[in-house]
Amino acid sequence: MNFLLEIGTEEIPHWMLPGALKQLAAMDLFGTTPQVDATPRRLVVRATGLPERTPNEEQIIKGPPISAGDRAAAGFAKKQGVELETVRKAGDYYELRKDVLGRAVRDLLAESLPAAILGLQWPKTMYWTGQNGPRFIRPIRWIVALLGDQIISFEMAGVKSGSVTRGHRRLGLASIPVAFDGYESELRKNFVILSSEERREKIEREAGALGAKLDVELLETLTFITEYPTAIKGAFDPAYLELPAEVLTTVMRHHQKYFSVESEPGKLASHFVAVMNTSGDREGLVKRGNERVLKARFNDARFFWTTDLDRALVDRVKDLDRVTFHAKLGSYFFKTERVKALVEELGGNANAQSAAYLCKADLTTEMVKEFTDLQGIMGGLYARAQGEPEPVWRAIYEHYKPLSMEDSIPATPEGRLVALADKVDTLQQCFRVGLVPTGSRDPFALRRAAQGVVKILVEAKLDYELTDLAEGELREFLLDRIKYYFREIRGFKYDEVNAVLASGCGTLADVEARLTALAAVRPTQNFEPLAASFKRIQNILKQANFGGSDASPDPSLLEAGPEADLHKEFERVRVATKDAGYQTALEDIASLRPKVDTFFDKVLVNAKDEKVRANRLTLLYNLLTEFSTIADFSEIVTAGEQKS
Amino acid sequence: MDSFQQTLFKLKRYWDERGAIIQEPYDVEVGAGTMCPETFLRVLGPKPYRVAYVQPSRRPADGRYGENPNRLYKHQQLQVILKPSPDDVLDQYLGSLEAIGIDLSKHDIKFEEDNWEAPTLGAWGVGWQVMLDGLEITQFTYFQQCGGIDVDPVPAEITYGLERIVAFLQGVDSVYDIEWTRGVKYSEVRLTEELQFSVYNFEMANVERLWRLLTEYEAECKELLAQYDKYEAKRRFPVLAAYDQVLKCSHLFNLLDARGAISVTERVGVIKRVRDLAVGTAKLWVDQQQEAA
Repeated sequence: MNFLLEIGTEEIPHWMLPGALKQLAAMDLFGTTPQVDATPRRLVVRATGLPERTPNEEQIIKGPPISAGDRAAAGFAKKQGVELETVRKAGDYYELRKDVLGRAVRDLLAESLPAAILGLQWPKTMYWTGQNGPRFIRPIRWIVALLGDQIISFEMAGVKSGSVTRGHRRLGLASIPVAFDGYESELRKNFVILSSEERREKIEREAGALGAKLDVELLETLTFITEYPTAIKGAFDPAYLELPAEVLTTVMRHHQKYFSVESEPGKLASHFVAVMNTSGDREGLVKRGNERVLKARFNDARFFWTTDLDRALVDRVKDLDRVTFHAKLGSYFFKTERVKALVEELGGNANAQSAAYLCKADLTTEMVKEFTDLQGIMGGLYARAQGEPEPVWRAIYEHYKPLSMEDSIPATPEGRLVALADKVDTLQQCFRVGLVPTGSRDPFALRRAAQGVVKILVEAKLDYELTDLAEGELREFLLDRIKYYFREIRGFKYDEVNAVLASGCGTLADVEARLTALAAVRPTQNFEPLAASFKRIQNILKQANFGGSDASPDPSLLEAGPEADLHKEFERVRVATKDAGYQTALEDIASLRPKVDTFFDKVLVNAKDEKVRANRLTLLYNLLTEFSTIADFSEIVTAGEQKS
Repeated sequence: MDSFQQTLFKLKRYWDERGAIIQEPYDVEVGAGTMCPETFLRVLGPKPYRVAYVQPSRRPADGRYGENPNRLYKHQQLQVILKPSPDDVLDQYLGSLEAIGIDLSKHDIKFEEDNWEAPTLGAWGVGWQVMLDGLEITQFTYFQQCGGIDVDPVPAEITYGLERIVAFLQGVDSVYDIEWTRGVKYSEVRLTEELQFSVYNFEMANVERLWRLLTEYEAECKELLAQYDKYEAKRRFPVLAAYDQVLKCSHLFNLLDARGAISVTERVGVIKRVRDLAVGTAKLWVDQQQEAA
């Protein structure tokens, strides 16, 4: 049987719809694979091949043990509401076999759908019928629920399920009877394009034809903010092109949700493309309206640009004492001073220091107050216009980078240093007063800041050690982000990352080099068996409670054969690895394997003679510590372990 | 073409036809129509209520000496509260746009997520900004909490930005060019006020005295709130007068802020002081309503 569910709502925030679709696709519909769709006003699940009834089943209910006696059996029968005769013995227990009749799927769905609908997870929910009413992302206003040609009947939030949908708010009918067949085309007649894929393609096609510079994020937003998207082109006075392109684009894209248009690559044209949620603009009213809004916005921007430039950034720095960094952490003025000091401490040159001093000054500009996503960028542009040297303005411009794991790090050394110091300061200060991310809660985006620190350190190959930047809890937090970076972004295996970090975390460039070497050597024949042996050594030392010492093994106590051979091999590899690159060193270490194997085959570590035993442990200890500086092999998960 | 006031008449008429009390503006300075007792207090408690009123809303920091075509120290809001919110509330709202002459079949309307929050009032809700051809014309909110109290039933709040809507209707680029009534421009009615209050708010307001006033109004409010518990005839107790003191404090805070007189460390503290008063008043109001019922 065919199944159709449409939850009709008031406009759901566009960015939540992709997540909702995923959840709907996972709905349990008697083993069928549902097709799911979403617009701002409706969540739709369709499926075919649902059974009419669930099959009859025999249910086995386990009773008390037979040893508990007749009275227990009688109690069991009573509780189950059956005669004692129907209770049977099965093995050591009483049991009851019941025939359970299958049920109409329509009834089952009527019972389960309300909870399934309200069980959808949203970033923020509301109540609308009263405090005891249901919570959902926005009010539910109608529900279509059909199995075959019959209504799956239930009620929630005062809404009865039925077979009547609604069209586009202004262009469609307010009441449209539908069935499974023809549902989508009925909606289309009423100016609702159900498929988000189709809406996206329509926008891409139309906006593209109008010369829009498409960007994926805005395209996604517009796809989920409309039921019937139509693109139109508007124009603005070319005089506004004198304003920085960053400002114009931000106004168009982030504030008005317009695509920008380029006359040639990298050069803005005096046009924009807007996407309406309607079918057309025959009289040009929508175009004119949008043009007027954009003009006002650009006027503001021009006003901000000229008035902001009247006051030098350096004079604005002291105004930062009125801009809150965080209630517990004081103003941005203090932050500025700390970042500058940190840049100096990290060896930043005069340009880097002055960029650090100026980097937050744009927070006092009208432009950034209005268009907050331009912070940093505006500072850079104002610094340039006010004659700061290029390394300074570039560093200011880029100091919020990287904004995400995909974003690039600042291009200049000064920019990297200021970006690093700014983020490290935020982390240090927040951790100092206990503003530490927990679970999914990270209101100050500290994970992102930490991720930025890691990305800059690695990709710029900066020479700072983790301990220079962080201690205690923050150090652990950063280590976590380092692991995350190498695993998820760089694709190293988790045990390789653990092994390398267990041997210490100096500079991240060094961590990267060790990891690269380890990943290269790992597939070679000797490596994993040797890793297993190292783990064995570690266990032996642990069991023997061998704390270790700097002492070397006493050659006179070594037994000729496998033990002496191992020692000789140890010395050989030690010399060979001394000044070798990581990969060569690891290859050399792996070549220890045959001797280590033979040693464990032939030699008993727990010798009777106390001195011999201690000497053997010393040998193993030396082996372990000497060759664990690149990576701690005992962290490597070997093939044998994975199976168990 | 309708004048500013004709459009207002139509909107008031529209909500009058839908059973709303048409109130006049509140006579204490507020930053938004939400702060008027007709909203802040009436949304609390179980009693159904429908009200619409124009509220001149003062935001000292937004003043531009009358030089910016779209920014005002004082703008006019039409505030509508529907408690409980009717099922077809969005359709009713769209109907009001048609009523003032916007043919929605020829325009682009979008509801974009915008959740409202007022920390000084302990209030928040979820909703949208309503975009008409790319212009934000209305803030629509389903209240969830007010004065730190969960609202029940849930009211819908519709806040129309009147200057914007009328500038759109009249097709003018500057609010000052709006025709207020036949032959009279918005600038003739309001420009002087914008200029003079910008000068006062940004340049001349006496910071020291404003601080003192803030403390005085706060003291008055606190003193009142403290007497409620022991006051016998609860129905007579002037909770509404206490709330006026909250509004005074809130406005003084905004003035001091525009004057650049509130440092970072002070800021959080002052917001909390005002919120404590608002939350305290809201509690008494709810209690008093229950006593009266």
